[in-house]
Amino acid sequence: MLSCYYFMGVKIILFGKLADIAGSSVSVDNVADTDSLVDSLNKRYPELATTKYVIAVDKQVITENTVLNKKSMVALLPPFSGG
Amino acid sequence: MSDQNLYERYHRQIILPEFGEEGQQKLLAAKVLVIGAGGLGCPALQYLSAAGVGKIGIVDDDVVALNNLHRQVLYSVNDIGSSKAERAANILQQLNPEIKIIPYNERLTTQNALTITDDYDIIIDGTDNFSTRYMINDACVLLNKPLVYGAISQFEGQVSVFRNKNEYDVNYRDIFPDPPKDGEVLNCAEAGVLGVLPGIIGTMMANETIKIITGIGEPLINQLFTYNALNNQVYQLSLSARKETRSLIPKDESAFLQTDYEWLCAAPVQQNEIDSNVFNNMVANGNVDVVDVREPHEMPSVNEFKHIKIPLAQLAESTSLIKSENVIAFCQSGKRSLQAAKILSGIFGDRKKIYSLRGGIVEWKKQKQTV
Repeated sequence: MLSCYYFMGVKIILFGKLADIAGSSVSVDNVADTDSLVDSLNKRYPELATTKYVIAVDKQVITENTVLNKKSMVALLPPFSGG
Repeated sequence: MSDQNLYERYHRQIILPEFGEEGQQKLLAAKVLVIGAGGLGCPALQYLSAAGVGKIGIVDDDVVALNNLHRQVLYSVNDIGSSKAERAANILQQLNPEIKIIPYNERLTTQNALTITDDYDIIIDGTDNFSTRYMINDACVLLNKPLVYGAISQFEGQVSVFRNKNEYDVNYRDIFPDPPKDGEVLNCAEAGVLGVLPGIIGTMMANETIKIITGIGEPLINQLFTYNALNNQVYQLSLSARKETRSLIPKDESAFLQTDYEWLCAAPVQQNEIDSNVFNNMVANGNVDVVDVREPHEMPSVNEFKHIKIPLAQLAESTSLIKSENVIAFCQSGKRSLQAAKILSGIFGDRKKIYSLRGGIVEWKKQKQTV
């Protein structure tokens, strides 16, 4: 499932199992960067904390904490194994 | 078949200006290995055979089952119970008798992976589990082989091309460095999959392969493409290589051969810790190998029961010394023996029952004094 949420104007797209976990409506305050975004998500959805995914900001997969602005588009993608 | 017939067969793609006779010659000279002849493999194999890829290898140790047929479109009810690799090779050879198709009716393991993949120019990963996917990724990085990756879950699919030509080329471990454990991510058998989804993703994998071979268009190198069959949303991400990725991949062939991919993906094994009483009973009953995993100089020395001495660091390479079905590891305090039990469980799997003596030999000697 794929769904979109808006955090302080930051668009978040969740893929696969992540969308199933996070449900359909979320609002989190003060997400200045991806680390704080992950913290907020983990607090609200503990299952996310134990789920593997990769974070992309503005369609670039990131490996370090990345500053977000109101126009940032964040995507969280889990690995798929099916074939 | 005459050149005229050959020209006729591929006429509609040869007349494409970007493709031409040159593109066709490149396809006929290409060697592609498709690992997994399932949901992704079937459509990929069909289009690559039809397009005239000169040599196609098919690796799959599975047999056709009724619940495969809704998405594995090469097979029919008459094929149920037959080897997928062999049936697929047979069916595809009828579609295009001019190409060479080689079935490998075996499971890809570290022992055969490098030998099989080395015979091909491009590898297609259409497998259904993480341990094989990580193994294929690592093999392709080691051999500098381009890998066309595709994976599906329920209504969503991912496609990427790992070129593996230089250090800036992204491979699967740049996206997901470590394999998820068993059960962490559901597979198609558990989560379900819409039959047409692997048709779409597998066909895209064939398309990427043809683009790489002929040099036309822009393959998904350093890009991850995602597709959602429910709302038709596509999302394409840019990927970059990570410095630390190389350290996660076996450094050479011999390290690759020793990597246990199934263990890397296995659900955390419940280590069986036993106390001194259970230990004494088991030793008395026999059919058990007791292994001292301490260093040779460590005290107290043990002469109360028969045991084998294999220091923890040498354990993985000395497992031939362990013969019994039941194995109990012990050390000083019970910590290293837990590690040892984990290593042995990884190596022996279900073939042996592995235990660790809780509290170690120190606790055992203490119990013995109180008795």
